[in-house]
Amino acid sequence: MKLGKTAWNLAWWAVAIALAVAGYTIFFVAPRELTMGSIQRIFYFHASTGISAYLCFFLSFLASIGYLASRQPRWDWMAVSTAEVGLAFDTVVLITGPIWAKPVWGTWWVWDARLTLAFIVELLYIAYLLLRRLSTEIDRRALISAVFGIFAFLDVPLAYFSVRWWRTEHPGPVIAGGPNNGLDPRMWHVFAFTWLALLALMILMIRDRYRLEAMRQKVNDWKAEEELGLDVAEGKEVTQ
Amino acid sequence: MRNFWSILGAYLAAWAIFFVYSATVGRRLTRLEEEFRRLKDRAGRQG
Repeated sequence: MKLGKTAWNLAWWAVAIALAVAGYTIFFVAPRELTMGSIQRIFYFHASTGISAYLCFFLSFLASIGYLASRQPRWDWMAVSTAEVGLAFDTVVLITGPIWAKPVWGTWWVWDARLTLAFIVELLYIAYLLLRRLSTEIDRRALISAVFGIFAFLDVPLAYFSVRWWRTEHPGPVIAGGPNNGLDPRMWHVFAFTWLALLALMILMIRDRYRLEAMRQKVNDWKAEEELGLDVAEGKEVTQ
Repeated sequence: MRNFWSILGAYLAAWAIFFVYSATVGRRLTRLEEEFRRLKDRAGRQG
């Protein structure tokens, strides 16, 4: 089933409203955390954005494997779309984290396992996007990107599980963190709602980015056809 | 509310990044759609 332009515009509006409602619940519905105080409210969009970013990178990893297995360009489009959207989400994580850390830790940043690995994830996906700009030959670019995309993803589980495996300044998981851990039900509701709104935003952003890649391919195909036509008309030898 | 400006700053920074990124993608997409339409029209005229 194909949704029309109006339906997608409505989806964008629905997500914008959901995000505004999420903002209201973060500031006015979620209870004040006892140890950290109000600054803990950053958690609702810091953590949900982080999980969404890593989900994007996981999708990029799957799409890269899909490309290597099938050599279908649409897998490459999906890989780059999810990697780029993931990078946008991850940037939000790396900006909101230090704003939260400063009043709680007394410093913006520490080079503990979680923060260092998260920073490396960001650098790897920036490198992934830069690498794509180096090659203009489409198949070669897709192949190199797929291999690098799989390699880059290896850091994501390390970053995600670092708070369980090593002692870090960054707090341990509050969701699925084991016994004597977890969120107050009201906090959980606010977190779940914010995360769902961000997931919806993520889907819309990936969809637009994927359309951009598909359209770029279409334009390139038309240009190639046009050039081929001109070459034939001018009597040049055409080699494929 | 203590640290209100920090929380608001983080919140606004997040939405600013999402907005700027989405706007950039939208602009790039519009430009490509226009180019595609132009190429299609030109091919149509040339028969």
